[in-house]
Amino acid sequence: MSWPALYAQLVGANRHSTSLGKIWLSVLFIFRVMVLMVAAETVWGDEQSDFVCNTLQPGCENVCYDQFFPVSHIRLWCLQLVFVAAPTLLVSMYVAYRNHGDKKKLLQISSRTGFLSSKSPEEELEALKRRRLPITGPLWWTYFISVVAKLLIEVGFMYALYVVYDGFQMPRLVQCDQWPCPNLVDCFISRPTEKTIFTVFMATASSICMVLNGAELAYLVTKAITRSLSRKDGRPTSREKTWRGTNERSPGSLRRCN
Amino acid sequence: MPLTPPAEPDPEPKMNWASFYAVISGVNRHSTGIGRIWLSVLFIFRILVLVVAAESVWGDEKSGFTCNTQQPGCNSVCYDHFFPISHIRLWALQLILVSTPALLVAMHVAHRRHVDKRIYKLSGRTNPKDLEQIKSQKMKITGALWWTYVISLFFRVIFEVTFMYLFYMIYPGYKMIRLVKCDSYPCPNTVDCFVSRPTEKTVFTVFMLAVSGVCILLNIAEVVFLVGKACSKHLHDAGDTSMGAWIQQKLRLL
Repeated sequence: MSWPALYAQLVGANRHSTSLGKIWLSVLFIFRVMVLMVAAETVWGDEQSDFVCNTLQPGCENVCYDQFFPVSHIRLWCLQLVFVAAPTLLVSMYVAYRNHGDKKKLLQISSRTGFLSSKSPEEELEALKRRRLPITGPLWWTYFISVVAKLLIEVGFMYALYVVYDGFQMPRLVQCDQWPCPNLVDCFISRPTEKTIFTVFMATASSICMVLNGAELAYLVTKAITRSLSRKDGRPTSREKTWRGTNERSPGSLRRCN
Repeated sequence: MPLTPPAEPDPEPKMNWASFYAVISGVNRHSTGIGRIWLSVLFIFRILVLVVAAESVWGDEKSGFTCNTQQPGCNSVCYDHFFPISHIRLWALQLILVSTPALLVAMHVAHRRHVDKRIYKLSGRTNPKDLEQIKSQKMKITGALWWTYVISLFFRVIFEVTFMYLFYMIYPGYKMIRLVKCDSYPCPNTVDCFVSRPTEKTVFTVFMLAVSGVCILLNIAEVVFLVGKACSKHLHDAGDTSMGAWIQQKLRLL
């Protein structure tokens, strides 16, 4: 499984997202995954081989590298991207579960009433697969929880990166006196400026994603409130009108005699 | 002595530029003719050249950077001082940023299609063939889409020019020098440091700069074409005034 495979999975779930969710997915893949793959990985490629300490003592470089870089930036970002993409799969799982339930109902109805519809059952099942579910009811809650989870994961990883590396800047020189280094030795990090530039870039992209997630949460909550207010007035929302229209047609068409 | 096969280039980056191409070329359907030429120039003369040639030229930029000293750490520090960010990374970022305004257009087209679909549904036309037709029809670049398209072109030009300026600031004159002199700690004194493959790097830098210039010209030509098309459409709609007819005739001759 690689990044393109993950992209294929997420694009499938994208159909049931809000517009902000679709923008979030594009920002994630273009400004984070792509940049990570085509640029950042080469910058960090020689991080250990080019980590040089001012000593000939064997083992000193290894020990000092391990002390200052417990987890590499690249690995942290890969983990962050994988974890951040995971809640979207919650939504696809719920949609698959819903579709499975509706498919069973459809098959039950068609077996009871016989194939008297103008549309064949295969077409009905295809339409079921291709329909876009409105974000209401349990799907709204699943979607809301997934966006909250994404936001918390982003914040968690940004905080972890900040704490482990004491900020987003990569120093040129670190001083190390771990055994077996004979005394306080200077160790030099390779490409610190380029690493700082990419760390700041990825932190910015992460912040943009967090802002998009926050905006999506606000949008979902506002939509839910307006929907419940208009329902209190007894008026169905325009979404419900079109959805009811689409969904009621399917079992109705089965009852029609040719 | 056994011969070792050459190291296989990592297929992952190519796969990602390929998936990037798939995403961006989807926008192609709604572009003008000049837009399609721009996209081809971008992918053939910039991304392909970057992946196939430039990355191997800059591949040994750090390992081949040698300073005239044995002081550990001097190499790293001098390299970092003279090359804050590598050309390859700057070009990769430039190509990504320059291609993304096209996605603005794609989003606008998707939004328009969504609105058309809802209008169709509300007016009762729910024939799946009609809905499929909405998906496959080519959007005309008029109205709000025209503005989105022109704004995306402006952003492309701004990003291109910004990166060209950044290149000029970081690497003055776009030339790669053979020798740099460095005296940062821990280098014991002013040491000579030698850059690997400076001439080849200069050749590729100038090539990428030239293609970048061509892309800017294509974008400007596209803006002029769209503005001209919009003006001629307005003149046409403004009725058959003698002035309007005269300007139309002149435009047709061009």
